[in-house]
Amino acid sequence: MALALAAAAGLAGASGMLELTGWGQAAHAPSGPPTGAAMPSSRFVVVVDAAHGGDDPGGRLNGQSGQGQAEKDFTLALSVRLRSLLAARGIQVITTREADATVDFDKRAELADHANAQACLSLHGSESGFGVHLFVSNMTPVQAARFAPWKTAQAAWVTRSLALAGTLNSALLQSGMSVTLGRTALPAVDSMMCPAVAVEIAPERGPDKKLIADLDDEGYQARVAETLAAALLEWRTEGRQP
Amino acid sequence: MIPRYQTAIFILLVAASIAMGVTLWQLRERAHQRLLTGQDSAPTQAPEVAQAEPATILVANDADGTLLAQEQSLPLPQESGARAKAVLGKLLDLYAAPDATHPVAGGAGSIAQVFLLPAQSLDGGASGGEATKGKAAGAIVADSHAGPGSGSEAMNPLQMGRQLAVVNLTGAFVASHPSGIETETLTVMSICGTLHANLPRVTQVRFLVDGQQRATLAGHADLTRIYLTADAAPER
Repeated sequence: MALALAAAAGLAGASGMLELTGWGQAAHAPSGPPTGAAMPSSRFVVVVDAAHGGDDPGGRLNGQSGQGQAEKDFTLALSVRLRSLLAARGIQVITTREADATVDFDKRAELADHANAQACLSLHGSESGFGVHLFVSNMTPVQAARFAPWKTAQAAWVTRSLALAGTLNSALLQSGMSVTLGRTALPAVDSMMCPAVAVEIAPERGPDKKLIADLDDEGYQARVAETLAAALLEWRTEGRQP
Repeated sequence: MIPRYQTAIFILLVAASIAMGVTLWQLRERAHQRLLTGQDSAPTQAPEVAQAEPATILVANDADGTLLAQEQSLPLPQESGARAKAVLGKLLDLYAAPDATHPVAGGAGSIAQVFLLPAQSLDGGASGGEATKGKAAGAIVADSHAGPGSGSEAMNPLQMGRQLAVVNLTGAFVASHPSGIETETLTVMSICGTLHANLPRVTQVRFLVDGQQRATLAGHADLTRIYLTADAAPER
């Protein structure tokens, strides 16, 4: 199963690390920070990136109410919710935007890189598919260099990003949500020098594809945010951070 | 007082001038017609009706985020670029169908051109931004070939005969493409996989939109990168 996208159903299990073997070179959990990367920090910082914003509305999310909303509004609301949950757990959070502002890809990566974060989540919403989609950069892991190429900086962190995705995957599955794992190329994430995962929320559907919860469902949003916060807490306590 | 003979000569000269003007106009028209007739009668190559051949199309499925290989029979030209365009046209026709598992409007007309070029070198020999992209791609290829950044071990694409396919999409297709990481990634991966399945020498794919580089497909999938077909193996 060399395909970048793999249904989580076939990867379900308790061990998040082993589940990721379908992602090509993702079989090994990280044992330490990438060589030459920034030294481990005692503080635990999470960067929450609400995708799109300002002139870039992202996709159009219809929602169950029929009112619809822009993806940029959905991601901002989820970002604010997640930031509050993480702050309540004593985790320092840096967000890429707090309002409907245009923030380009490079600026987002710049914020994440300067934060020396232990986890970076890029939040997205989509009407396509169902459940939560977790995406990690499709670059092959490389040894970290003192000066990383801007567009491929994430390559040195891919192994750790896959481990973070494994933790998020386990938490989401345990909370009863459908998860799809994948690898992709995203401009902002590929320049981030931290364990980075793009989290794309889609409507929740049952086995018969019947809609259970749409994106404008406050309860669904809260459940996703709480699960992500719990997963990040676990990520911290597991000591996987650099 | 003008003599009568001078008046007559003047009238004759004016009449001759008008007659010559008319004659020249007619000659010009005849020459133009001959030119047009010549173009029409130029030997033309009769359109070839290519025989239907089996082709493997990697069709995306939004429901589970997979690519499934479908065997199709369709007329395929012999020329590689046209062949690539034909298989991708079939793929996008499937996506434009009402019961598509990965609905994207546009159909076959969304592929403006497909160019096949020698694959990009992985030794970082390119300059400027291309060097960065080459390293990104090289890092991905490193699984099956040389290690990333190992210039001396990098393969020579010309010797290996590997090709880079440059897929030029229409702006209308991109404008109507659904936005989302999964759906955009599936479109890109299915195009890469379909190209490699039918043209095995194609190992790298780049995308243009109306002949220009574009940052993303519909806000997510990076279109400035060189994609590797190895990343798009189908579900079996």
